[in-house]
Amino acid sequence: MTPAIELRATRRAFGSVIALDSVSLTIAPGEFFALLGPSGSGKTTCLRLIAGFDQPDSGTILLDGEDVTSTPPFARNVNTVFQDYALFPHMTVAENVAYGLRVRGIAAAERSKQAVAMLDLVRLGEFGARRPHQLSGGQRQRVALARALINRPKVLLLDEPLGALDLKLREEMQAELKGLQQRLGITFVFVTHDQGEALSMADRVAVFSQGRIEQLDTPRELYNRPQTAFVASFVGSANVVGREAARFLTGSSRAFAIRPELIDLLTPDETAADGCVQCAGEVVDVLYHGASSRLRVRVDEHTTLAVARAETTGGAVEGLAAGARVRLAWRPEHAVPLQD
Amino acid sequence: MRSEPPRRPSWERPSLLTRVLAAAGLVFLHAPVWVITLYAFTTEDRTYQFPPPGLTLHWFDVAFARNDIWESMRLSLLVASAATLFAIVLGTLAAFALARRTFSGKESITLLFVLPIALPGILTGLALLAGIRTIGIEPGFWTIVAGHATFCLVIVYNNVVARLRRIPPSWVEASMDLGARGHQTFRYVLLPQIATALLAGGMLAFALSFDEIIVTLFTAGHERTLPIWFYSELFRPRERPVTNVVAVVVILVTLVPILLAYYLTRPDEHSHGN
Amino acid sequence: MASRAEFSLRGRQAFYFALLLAPPLLWLGIVYLGSLFTLLLQSFYAIDEFTARIVPAFTLATYRQLLTQPAHIDIIVRTLLMAVAVTLAAAVIAFPVALYMARYAGPRMKALFYVGVMLPMWTSYLVKVYAWRLILAKQGIASWGFEQLGLMGALDSALEVPVVGGPSLASSYIGMFVVFVYMWLPFMILPLAAALERVPASLLQASADLGARPGQTFRNVVLPLALPGLAAGSIFTFSLTLGDYIIPSVVGAPGYFIGMMVYQQQGTAGNLPLAAAFAVVPIVLIGLYLALARRLGAFDAL
Repeated sequence: MTPAIELRATRRAFGSVIALDSVSLTIAPGEFFALLGPSGSGKTTCLRLIAGFDQPDSGTILLDGEDVTSTPPFARNVNTVFQDYALFPHMTVAENVAYGLRVRGIAAAERSKQAVAMLDLVRLGEFGARRPHQLSGGQRQRVALARALINRPKVLLLDEPLGALDLKLREEMQAELKGLQQRLGITFVFVTHDQGEALSMADRVAVFSQGRIEQLDTPRELYNRPQTAFVASFVGSANVVGREAARFLTGSSRAFAIRPELIDLLTPDETAADGCVQCAGEVVDVLYHGASSRLRVRVDEHTTLAVARAETTGGAVEGLAAGARVRLAWRPEHAVPLQD
Repeated sequence: MRSEPPRRPSWERPSLLTRVLAAAGLVFLHAPVWVITLYAFTTEDRTYQFPPPGLTLHWFDVAFARNDIWESMRLSLLVASAATLFAIVLGTLAAFALARRTFSGKESITLLFVLPIALPGILTGLALLAGIRTIGIEPGFWTIVAGHATFCLVIVYNNVVARLRRIPPSWVEASMDLGARGHQTFRYVLLPQIATALLAGGMLAFALSFDEIIVTLFTAGHERTLPIWFYSELFRPRERPVTNVVAVVVILVTLVPILLAYYLTRPDEHSHGN
Repeated sequence: MASRAEFSLRGRQAFYFALLLAPPLLWLGIVYLGSLFTLLLQSFYAIDEFTARIVPAFTLATYRQLLTQPAHIDIIVRTLLMAVAVTLAAAVIAFPVALYMARYAGPRMKALFYVGVMLPMWTSYLVKVYAWRLILAKQGIASWGFEQLGLMGALDSALEVPVVGGPSLASSYIGMFVVFVYMWLPFMILPLAAALERVPASLLQASADLGARPGQTFRNVVLPLALPGLAAGSIFTFSLTLGDYIIPSVVGAPGYFIGMMVYQQQGTAGNLPLAAAFAVVPIVLIGLYLALARRLGAFDAL
């Protein structure tokens, strides 16, 4: 099956800064794909190359099997929802949405009809005559969405789509975007620095760091089996245990990652199950998060482990404060070995 | 730190036509000044022949020997100095008064402080002349200064008020909090900040006054500032190349303070506040 | 007690405020506004035809004289047409320069262009006018240039055109037109560049993303958003041309312009009221122009 998007050894540098260092990836048709990473990691550069707002220094970009590396953005069958929405202030909402049809020469009556249909799709049917500055942030985003979809692109690119929204709105939009993608059946590629967002919406995620893809996997795999220390700490903030500490704790000097929620807190009279790795330590601090608490436990001079404990189990955590001595245990299979 | 813009994709680069037209526009703007500078050195004194038959510095000597030119130059310098002084004092007063306060009628007063440069010069000139005639005074040195002072005031005001508005009010509050009285706050906190704006405004005012012709023609009476001398030369030229020489001198005398004023108000944006 | 201290503090501040504002305000108010008012008043007076003295009695006779004499109408129309032509030409020439400056030039080029545009703006006005006299003179650079390019024929035909032509470039409306455009060009470039710079790059990318070719993006997005800049620049060119009296007297055909009339009427003709009436005309025209621009939505995108 021809991939919807393919990047081959794409490289882009700005002066001495290497934004993308020979990156290759493939995105299948109909996928909800996330480009995840901290700022400066290259994810936005990657998106802009796919959209056509920038050209790679070397490498190729293919859309639906076709080489578009030298094709300008208005000739690519890709549409973008911009981070600042980029709605034209001098046009009404309806005119904004119809713009893609207008520049292709579609007649006014037909344009109007389709624009209304699009606005209905994003539940803004009544807002056609308003101007962008009269809308709220969430509404503007939906207009941007409608505008980008009117050309029925094969691929929709979204640049940090939920960044400017507050928490409640963000959760709503996540569900809405996911539903929309499934209904339309087209490929969605979105850029985000929020790993929770990537995990909850995407079919597959590419984790970027310093111009390279550290790992490309499904959310579950990324979370449970991070391959590098970076992925382990960026996605889900696992404990990353380096070689020295690993030798001290387990005997073997292989670096590994372990999720805070997979570390057990033993009560004084509990014994660990057979085969578990055990260690003792001192509580540094306890942070209450409502449904769970997060403790930091110092196990040796240089190593602190984060332990997450659901509040429902109670008992072992209640009453714990900084300075308390505790014992930790975990199953060896939960420790994910890391590449260097 | 220098940062070159990233190399653009081929479809975002400016077309050759745009670049050529932009450069042409710029050359068009500068060509006349270069031309007149060239003509200051020509040997031909009867026509504006091009290319010049020869080049010489002779006319500079002739110009420097002409007394009428020196007289006019002296007058212009005096007028400009007087007008600038006046403008600095009044302009700064007004700027301090209007920088932050809001009161009823502020909009109209702010408009008043823009009118002298917003309205066409003939209006200002004619109005002042009408005023002079109504009062019945003889046009002369002081009427010229009065005319110049009016728009010089506005220029200084605009420069200083822009700077004052950029000073965070917390600075004044901090100064007062630490025990400084009004005039101390002014001297230690505000004055250093507006110094460059004041200097820039003053230099702009000086240059504008030195070069002023439109209003001056109405208010000068029999006095001849350098621009007036120049203007009359346009109709009854005595020695054409001498006029060109004076032109070059005028360019330099007005351009230098303006460039200085520009550089004073630009890089300072980074070194002050904000 | 607190209210008394407060009151006296406020009272003191108000006093200082008044002290600060009074001198400049008095000056501008009395000297400037007073003169303007006197002028307006004068326009409502009239010259007694026999004594050639100003009769200080309110009358509309001067305005009637202004608006009914065909020679006067000619002058106003001539000035207006020149102002419109200059504005249009300046807008066209300024656009590529402003566009390049605002959107394509790298930081060093941009600084060069800004200084490059402002330098001629700040060069002495008279010197620039004089320079053009030189350039346009019969044996000057312009003629030489046309000759070199083999375009003398074209130049001669252009000068043959009735009304705008003339014996030479320096004494024709064409020449005057060129000088006007040159003089006010920076005033058109700068506001236009400022407006163009304010257009966010994401809007242009969005337009391209949605399928618009560069020409379409320019027409649909850049131009409408540059309109306030054009409008602002045009106000300068329009009003500056309307009120100028030096350029028409130094370069150009014998026909009178508003500014020249003003100067002449107050001087040799001694008809201050008529001069004042003429001086009011540009103001009215500019006011009308502003209203028209506002109505056409030139300032909407602001």
